[in-house]
Amino acid sequence: MDILVFLEEQQGKIHRMSREAVVAAQQFAQDHGLKVSALILGDSDNVLSAEAADFGVDECIIAAHPLLDTYSADGFTTAFAQIIQTENPRYIFMGHSYMVRDFIPRVSARLHCPFIGDVIGVTDQDGSPAFIKQVFNAKMVTDVHPVENGPVLVSFQAATYPAEKLVSGSPARREVPINLAESDVRATSEEPFQEASGGVDLTAADLIISIGRGIGKQENIPVAEALAKKLNAELASSRPLVDAGWMPPQRQVGSSGQSVSPKLYFALGISGAIQHVIGMKGSKNVVAINKDPDAPIFEIADYGIVGDILELMPLLTEAIP
Amino acid sequence: MKIGVLVKQVPGSEASLRIQPDQSWIDESTLEFEMNESDSYALEEALQICEKTGEGEVVAISMGPAVRTTKVLREALAKGAHRAIHIVEEMPYEIDPMLVGQIIKNAIAEEQFDLLLSGLQSNDLSQGQTGLLVGEMLGMNTATLIMETEIQDGSIRVKRELEGQWFQWITIPLPAVLTIQSGINQPRYPSLKGIMGAKKKEIKAVSKEDLLEDHSRLQSFGNIYIQKKDKRTEMIEGGSAEIVERLVEVFRNEIKVL
Ligand SMILES: Cc1cc2nc3c(=O)[nH]c(=O)nc-3n(C[C@H](O)[C@H](O)[C@H](O)COP(=O)(O)OP(=O)(O)OC[C@H]3O[C@@H](n4cnc5c(N)ncnc54)[C@H](O)[C@@H]3O)c2cc1C
Repeated sequence: MDILVFLEEQQGKIHRMSREAVVAAQQFAQDHGLKVSALILGDSDNVLSAEAADFGVDECIIAAHPLLDTYSADGFTTAFAQIIQTENPRYIFMGHSYMVRDFIPRVSARLHCPFIGDVIGVTDQDGSPAFIKQVFNAKMVTDVHPVENGPVLVSFQAATYPAEKLVSGSPARREVPINLAESDVRATSEEPFQEASGGVDLTAADLIISIGRGIGKQENIPVAEALAKKLNAELASSRPLVDAGWMPPQRQVGSSGQSVSPKLYFALGISGAIQHVIGMKGSKNVVAINKDPDAPIFEIADYGIVGDILELMPLLTEAIP
Repeated sequence: MKIGVLVKQVPGSEASLRIQPDQSWIDESTLEFEMNESDSYALEEALQICEKTGEGEVVAISMGPAVRTTKVLREALAKGAHRAIHIVEEMPYEIDPMLVGQIIKNAIAEEQFDLLLSGLQSNDLSQGQTGLLVGEMLGMNTATLIMETEIQDGSIRVKRELEGQWFQWITIPLPAVLTIQSGINQPRYPSLKGIMGAKKKEIKAVSKEDLLEDHSRLQSFGNIYIQKKDKRTEMIEGGSAEIVERLVEVFRNEIKVL
């Protein structure tokens, strides 16, 4: 088998990052003359396989088993490892989702095959593909080369490939058996839940001022609040300020917070880590102030200022009529 | 409860990073290293579990060069860890997660930890695999992105962070590996007494080479480089007054929010 793409479930649907991985696989297959298979685990109700029925892949493999209908690291590791062993794919593509982070390293250890995670692109040098990975807080990158010829697990960072580019087709359907006993699943899982939002809805906000660790200390937050008030904007933040207890969780933007798309996202002292950017890249206009000219936030900003927010915030508050 | 905590030393978040002339790594000569952020949350959680259950031991484990690794391990000891294991490694560092996992597994196998904690990923290579690889190699149960823990009889109940602000409690039998998400607790500062006491605690040094059973990498890194950016950002420059004036103009006439 050439490429196997893992189609992960998220709230009853195929995860957006899995669709992005399908696009990655389709493009990779075209460049290298390879075939693509898609894999669904669980899915007794056939919801995911129905959704994948028009994906432009060669086949869709369904590994249905009652113990795979709800996720467990044990169950998924065992099933995934069995499939890789029988199908022997050269590449296994997936999104770098929370679920993939949770069990793919275990598959990697169990089968002794490499897992190259959080990849942002593919490069080709003398016919042997390498996978581009960010290092050192995304300030630089390196090409990661799989060394042997066995299966390679590759997960792609969110938004590396556009899900909209998914080419459609009519894949063959194949069901495969999984050998899994109740005793293999050692975890007991409770129902997922969300915590109360406290009445804050940043998703509806038109103007957002968002502060990051550059704010320095909790005592400086009122300075940002004053600016937000003057601009009639909602105040949001990156995760570290929530972790420190300086900002309420409902005001966090990012992959583990809110996803916002305001007319103006004004990022103050935020470095622009991918987990933050995922939550705000839909903004119409991004203005960023950061004292580090190399901060990744400037890659997505429409307007950038290299400067000290503690100096500029009060001046701006004063200058706004 | 015997708890191991994996802590890594990484460049400080404010560090300005430069690539070495041969592009094989970053230039470390002027860098300050500190304990990886999520690892310091993992350490705090280990200390709190130990305090809550009223017995047991916390062992901090770190792999890296002499000076900075000792600094981070001393910090862990000063905060309350009972002893430490230093896996001595000089440049070039092992970058293959599988070999790193194997080395750490061999360094701790005989400890028979009930719990092994680490941060969910390190801020340098961000592999996010080490704890889980070690767990699988040692046949331990695993759970990631943990935001709360509750020790039970022979098992642990943990609150996992899921995507899109969802959470889920799961219970797994011990021994178990947990990777800790930042924000789970408020890490303590070492006390003066702790700092003094740390000097007397044991740091066992073991060599990486002695722990490596299989030298064949499954993945390798090419050069480290900076990627070309495609988006054109308008950089607003000048003195503070000019910047503010231009910003107000942008808000009023270009983005039209004033
Ligand atoms: C699974 C997972 C989920 C995550 N979810 C989220 C999430 O939902 N949201 C989120 O935000 N993060 C999330 N993170 C964390 C994320 O990876 C980053 O660590 C975080 O976004 C960094 O926040 P920051 O930019 O405020 O801090 P830093 O990265 O520390 O950046 C601070 C910035 O401020 C600048 N600065 C410092 N002082 C000043 C000054 N006086 N003036 C101007 N600039 C200054 C610095 O140059 C630096 O660029 C998640 C991480 C993981 C692994």
